[in-house]
Amino acid sequence: MADVVRQSTAGAARRAPSLLRFARRVGIVAGTVALTFLGLLFVTFIIGRVIPIDPVLAIVGDRALPEVYERIKLELGLDRPLYVQFWRYLTDVLQGQFGKSVLTGNPVIEDIRQFFPATLELATIATFLGVALGVPAGVVAAVNAGRWPDHLIRVLALIGYSVPVFWLGLVGLLVFYAKLDWVAGPGRIDVAYEYFIVQKTGLMLVDTLLAGDGAAFRNAIAHLALPAGILGYFSLAYIARMTRSFMLEQLGQEYVTTARVKGLSEARVVWRHAFPNVMVPLTTVIALSYAYLLEGAVLTETVFAWPGIGLYITNSLFNADMTAVLGGTVVVGSCFIGLNMLSDLLYAVFDPRIRRS
Amino acid sequence: MPEALLDVRDLTVTFPTPRGPFEAVRGISFAMGREKLGIVGESGSGKSITARAILGLVPRPGQVTASRLAFDGGDLRGLTPKAWRAVRGRRISMVMQDPKFSLNPVVTVGEQIAEAYRVHSRAGRSEARARALAMLEAVRIRQPGHVYGLYPHEVSGGMGQRVMIAMMLIPDPDLLIADEVTSALDVTVQMQVLAIVDDMVGERGMGLIFISHDLNLVASFCDRVLVMYAGRVVEECRASELGQARHPYTQGLLGCLPRIDDEGGRLPVLERDPAWLA
Amino acid sequence: MTATRAWLLSETPTSRAQARLGRVFLAARQLARNPLALAGFAIVGALLVVAALAPELETHDPFAQDLTRRLEPPGAEHWLGTDQLGRDILSRIVHGSRLTLMIVTLVAIIVGPLGLLIGTMAGYLGGWVDAVLMRATDIFLAFPRLILALAFVAALGPGIENAIIAISITSWPPYARIARAETLTLRGSDFIAAIQLQGASVPRILWGHIMPLCVSSVIIRLTLDMAGVILIAAGLGFLGLGAQPPAPEWGAMVASGRDFLLDQWWVATIPGIAIFVVSLGFNLLGDGLRDVLDPKNA
Repeated sequence: MADVVRQSTAGAARRAPSLLRFARRVGIVAGTVALTFLGLLFVTFIIGRVIPIDPVLAIVGDRALPEVYERIKLELGLDRPLYVQFWRYLTDVLQGQFGKSVLTGNPVIEDIRQFFPATLELATIATFLGVALGVPAGVVAAVNAGRWPDHLIRVLALIGYSVPVFWLGLVGLLVFYAKLDWVAGPGRIDVAYEYFIVQKTGLMLVDTLLAGDGAAFRNAIAHLALPAGILGYFSLAYIARMTRSFMLEQLGQEYVTTARVKGLSEARVVWRHAFPNVMVPLTTVIALSYAYLLEGAVLTETVFAWPGIGLYITNSLFNADMTAVLGGTVVVGSCFIGLNMLSDLLYAVFDPRIRRS
Repeated sequence: MPEALLDVRDLTVTFPTPRGPFEAVRGISFAMGREKLGIVGESGSGKSITARAILGLVPRPGQVTASRLAFDGGDLRGLTPKAWRAVRGRRISMVMQDPKFSLNPVVTVGEQIAEAYRVHSRAGRSEARARALAMLEAVRIRQPGHVYGLYPHEVSGGMGQRVMIAMMLIPDPDLLIADEVTSALDVTVQMQVLAIVDDMVGERGMGLIFISHDLNLVASFCDRVLVMYAGRVVEECRASELGQARHPYTQGLLGCLPRIDDEGGRLPVLERDPAWLA
Repeated sequence: MTATRAWLLSETPTSRAQARLGRVFLAARQLARNPLALAGFAIVGALLVVAALAPELETHDPFAQDLTRRLEPPGAEHWLGTDQLGRDILSRIVHGSRLTLMIVTLVAIIVGPLGLLIGTMAGYLGGWVDAVLMRATDIFLAFPRLILALAFVAALGPGIENAIIAISITSWPPYARIARAETLTLRGSDFIAAIQLQGASVPRILWGHIMPLCVSSVIIRLTLDMAGVILIAAGLGFLGLGAQPPAPEWGAMVASGRDFLLDQWWVATIPGIAIFVVSLGFNLLGDGLRDVLDPKNA
């Protein structure tokens, strides 16, 4: 009897700290995220309300009537102290209220719901390409460090680090669209299909498939191929470089020597022993590169007239629509923060030292 | 004299450096049978590189040359990668200094042992598991079933080293290289690990190359001793006759050891003569 | 010659100067053996020369419009053709190198010291100062750089100065991280303890003893980041938020050529090649420097 009691309490004691630790970890991550999000809102608040000399003027324009000017000023709460304004901004954003876009006349959150899927589709396909090609390339480069495959991948990656994305987009359009006619031009789909496709998910590839329209689906791919390929190349360059560097570090570890002493084949040493150790930092890199693509799509979307969040932000910018610009910034920033948090949590999945400590 | 298990002649290992080629091992020769051969020397004397050369694991861009490098009658020079894989683990194996680094952190210790068995046999998963459990028991681990599923960070240093020994002996090799296997362990655990190595090597009639910087340990544990200095073997003798060593370096090493019965007086400082390098 | 070499490579240098020269010699030799790094060195050097000698190198006035000769293809008179206002593209690119160099230099001058100051303070003082400063750094690191720079420029108004400010505001955090990490390793060392015992003030320790030792890693990181700065600046220019017309900023030049892309390809593509080559140069140089100075992260 006493034995049973002792065993069960011992069991509980063993389990409890790990559960507690897990809760603690989640708590820390959540706290960090909340704090970062608060910081993001603070910065956008400063940009929107403090830096411009007159935020009302930015909204109403300089030819507005004095009554309109006063009304907007009161509406924005600009007569109140800054901390009250910030509190109001904070509560509004948390309820998804970013204000109205001057340009489209819609609530900014509605606009973003319209434009975001296009960016998501582009960035997702590009990240997929980057991971599928970049990870093997990085491993091959590390295994052959100092030999020609390494140099080749290094040069390819350095070119990716150096080429301006908007220029590559233009050259791509010139060569593959205008001259060779291998891909379709700017936009997500030809006008001929545009009004027949019901926007269910906002993801063109999915919507055309749902509509069962094979020709439209192929057309959507033809439009997606070039921008996704170009963004994928940037993602590839980054992922390949990081994979190589992580892999080199692991290949120098003693457990790799152990694996070789056991008589394992080089392929097994690399993929079964070194690579799983690389997975941990690599998830962070992939999440980061995905986040960079979500924001880096700004320039690509401009070049390819891709109706995504980047194009929305820049268009609003040129129409002095700060409400829309800041709303878009908050949304992209939140994705960024969310992906960072996700990669933090994924650490535990791949690393038993964190999972079972 | 019967055919030696391992026969090394004029083994040289060279690394290119910005300051010109550096010889980490400079033409050493020795032969051994199924015995316990100790190699002692200070860090950088070339002990570990010698061990890796015997396994064909000198990292690039290191160069290995020898006029003879034979194991059990077969030439180890110029083996193909495939032929090397048949030698490593199955014929010659090696346990390294610190299990914290020499075990893969993301694979359970049991799987790592079972893998070593499966590479060299056509055994299935369950047979490999049974073998690995038996092997864990053989290295005196009390709850093999529990330990099998643990990750390396969850076992102590002494247990980790026993896991390493189990992993390296499971394919039943003819020669085990033990490279500073006890240096990272507590003194009390050191003795247990040494006893396990001693038993296993004795039971299986294997050869053992025991690399250490600890002169006393090697003298008491091994049959024969090689003393290395700056990439050369400066002394070779039976362990029991180490006291009568002729080379000034060995004498110097022995002189530096503190003795419990010799109170007072300063320990001599080890002197090095550049002529030994010639 | 061989005597000098032996002196430089001696493993037992007799003076600090000899040891230092020996290290520089080894590093230079390693850099010279790396053809990619040499190429980067050459490109960055060429950029400096072109920017310094721009008035001598230009074949035409980069601002002179000639509407009768607009959109001319590359030829004997205009080596790289003319743009939509008949301006000589080569001369504009040569002149634009000054703008690029200015952006890069100013960002480096703002970001390096700022990151150094924040990082060394956080690392040396520790406690709540460290907590607050590093939290702020992490928050800035978690922001999307380009979008934030866009928002800043949108609020401040387009223009090259505002672009530089926006890029700087979004680029300092990694430098603070690096400086803090270096400071943490230095803080516990004996020579710092010795200075503390002599009664040196905190600013003096930071300025006189810690910062100089963190400078080299910050500089390496700056070299590595220059390419990124050039690309962001060009991106802002391309969007019309950087240097304003008629300044011959390369990104803006690409944007102005967009409308003629299909028929007059050179207007948009040639300035883009200039951006690419220069940022490749910085990348190659930074990469080579990292190989030489920090073999761990090769």
